[in-house]
Amino acid sequence: MTVLEQPGSSRKKSSLAGPPPAWRPRVDPAPLLPDEEPYRLLGTDAAARLDSGLLTRLYVQLVRGRRYNAQATALTRQGRLAVYPSSTGQEACEVAAALALEDRDWLFPSYRDTLAAVARGLDPVQALTLLRGDWHNGYDPHEHRIAPLCTPLATQLPHAVGLAHAARLKGDEVVALAMVGDGGTSEGDFHEALNFAAVWQAPVVFLVQNNGFAISVPLAKQTAAPSLAHKAVGYGMPGRLVDGNDAPAMHEVLTEAVQRARRGGGPTLVEAVTYRIEAHTNADDATRYRSDTEVETWRSHDPIALLEHELTARDLLTDEFVAATRDGAEQLAAGLRERMNADPELDPMDLFTHVFAEQTGQLRAQAALLRAELDAEANGYTEDTAGADGSAEEARP
Amino acid sequence: MTTTAAPATARKPATMAQALTRALRDAMADDPSVHVMGEDVGTLGGVFRVTDGLAKEFGEDRCTDTALAEAGILGTAVGMAMYGLRPVVEMQFDAFAYPAFEQLISHVARMRNRTRGALTMPLTIRIPYGGGIGGVEHHSDSSEAYYLATPGLQVVTPATVEDAYGLLRAAIASDDPVVFLEPKRLYWSKADWSPDAPAEVAPLGRAAVRRRGSSATLITYGPSLPVCMEAAEAAGAEGWDLEVVDLRSLMPFDDDTVCASVRRTGRAVVVHESNGFGGPGGEIAARITERCFHHLEAPVLRVAGFDIPYPPPMLERHHLPGVDRILDTIARLQWESDWTEGRGA
Ligand SMILES: Cc1ncc(C[n+]2csc(CCOP(=O)(O)OP(=O)(O)O)c2C)c(N)n1
Repeated sequence: MTVLEQPGSSRKKSSLAGPPPAWRPRVDPAPLLPDEEPYRLLGTDAAARLDSGLLTRLYVQLVRGRRYNAQATALTRQGRLAVYPSSTGQEACEVAAALALEDRDWLFPSYRDTLAAVARGLDPVQALTLLRGDWHNGYDPHEHRIAPLCTPLATQLPHAVGLAHAARLKGDEVVALAMVGDGGTSEGDFHEALNFAAVWQAPVVFLVQNNGFAISVPLAKQTAAPSLAHKAVGYGMPGRLVDGNDAPAMHEVLTEAVQRARRGGGPTLVEAVTYRIEAHTNADDATRYRSDTEVETWRSHDPIALLEHELTARDLLTDEFVAATRDGAEQLAAGLRERMNADPELDPMDLFTHVFAEQTGQLRAQAALLRAELDAEANGYTEDTAGADGSAEEARP
Repeated sequence: MTTTAAPATARKPATMAQALTRALRDAMADDPSVHVMGEDVGTLGGVFRVTDGLAKEFGEDRCTDTALAEAGILGTAVGMAMYGLRPVVEMQFDAFAYPAFEQLISHVARMRNRTRGALTMPLTIRIPYGGGIGGVEHHSDSSEAYYLATPGLQVVTPATVEDAYGLLRAAIASDDPVVFLEPKRLYWSKADWSPDAPAEVAPLGRAAVRRRGSSATLITYGPSLPVCMEAAEAAGAEGWDLEVVDLRSLMPFDDDTVCASVRRTGRAVVVHESNGFGGPGGEIAARITERCFHHLEAPVLRVAGFDIPYPPPMLERHHLPGVDRILDTIARLQWESDWTEGRGA
């Protein structure tokens, strides 16, 4: 008996009639498909139902985020940061990612997502450790449940799936939110993570910040899909397309996705359509691959300005509120500036401290070698540069 | 070389990056089957500008900005090579080549062997590698040992501007895959080398003696060559006349040049910045011991990076082998009873 002659099939099908019934897709793709246009709240009638408290919270975080980006970029010019990938223009995505999560949830950021980490409560200086270069990671991931900022693209996504899966196995209602760029969606790890998440129905939310470019490569050279959110359908999870510069829309969509995941509804892929206003990093020359007019168009769709419009309509953008928000942001920047202008205290012997839980013989020997070199360097420094009174500054690494 | 296209006065300083660009351009002009591909290699000209101008000159089909997917880049290059093209792929940084390892190890390295020569892999994988430029995590790895551990891959790394041109031309011309490691801290090193004057292709698999000496041989490659040259100059003051051998190609390995030098000097130190344990220095020291044991006056020593994940930029100077660490090691080539103590590498 062939598959086409199974009992129950009333008439013989020709081999052209399509696959046997067992091959029917398990999920109707229609409800998984994203909207045709990015979801928006600001400027629509639906904005009226938004909570004023939420709007002001978002606003404060956006303004702080913008100021943080400007300050960090300035620190690269002073040589205080090795590099900074700014998220100016993308603050709404960053802030929404942080505010959509509860304390018990986990955030999996990429190198561009310092703002999300800071908005989640991470110390602003600790968030910059990777980019300053004093260590690869400046914080205890458990403290705020933030994985290390991840540099190899998309590699944090399977981690998020695994963590969320593990939490569910343990009976904890923990959600993981993982952030990736448009370019990162081309990596194999992206596809494997989405597939695992959907098969396991893991409580994960994937947030793609589509900011138009992967360094110099525009989205059109990255994908031929109608949108990045469409990619969700093939894995069997819903895709949502959102205006990434509309902070309340971002917040709503991410919050819904997080809640769905927490209820056991499985993963969601959210594509935020936004734009990278600055160059890829301070080391990049964006004029080589994009036009000023394009940047200007996006500047006029600024996340802060969009939200200000709604706040003004509600008489919430009072002088006092604006001043207080600005002062808060200035204080954040001043604190960052001051603390980053002090040299970090480094102990080169730390190189050997955390390679293994138990030091190996080889590493002990190498540590002894470095110790001897450092001692010799410190002594040489004393002899060469000691002042007339014999005092010597401490040799700095 | 029979023709001289430019007068001697045209010689002016050129960087290693420029020499690499010219090698790519000349190879593409000479052979229409040469295709360059990778992340940001087109409009931007690569993050180190090594592919600058190629898309404009040869079109986007021959210098292609790919999607951001290293496994995809190398995997599609395998198929292109199967169909007669000579792909030259760029991996943006050392640590970002790792997603492509599956393709590299399971296919690129063994395609000739598994098809008994029916399918060959004339492709070149360019990878900026190594530290010393203040790069943040994942931007400074020295991954040569992984490649060396894979039979079927040629592993080449230039240390001079001339070699950057000559070896890249040879790599592209090779009918077997070449992992072409570009020492990124030497990208901006300069030589009196005109971008227009005739330039020579350097054969793969031949080491170069960069400095003649009689009392010991420093064996090195890529980013550590300038450090070794400086150390050799400094050692002169202490009565050591050092020979410096630049391997240029780690696979094929030039046993003859290395052993001839060590037999002459009787002492050898291998210097590289990748970690020592399991690093290339161990293989090199073993070969020297096997072939030159009766000529050796002292054990073959190694100066390598520590056996730690590559450190953050503010600490990398402690990790990278510098002149002092090399000189300290040279001093230990005098027979000491306790030569096994104190060193882990
Ligand atoms: C696996 C890997 N390949 C290459 C790189 C080098 N790289 C760093 S950022 C970047 C572009 C990323 O673009 P996108 O994912 O869109 O994120 P964005 O920087 O725009 O936020 C590239 C190619 C990397 N970090 N990881």
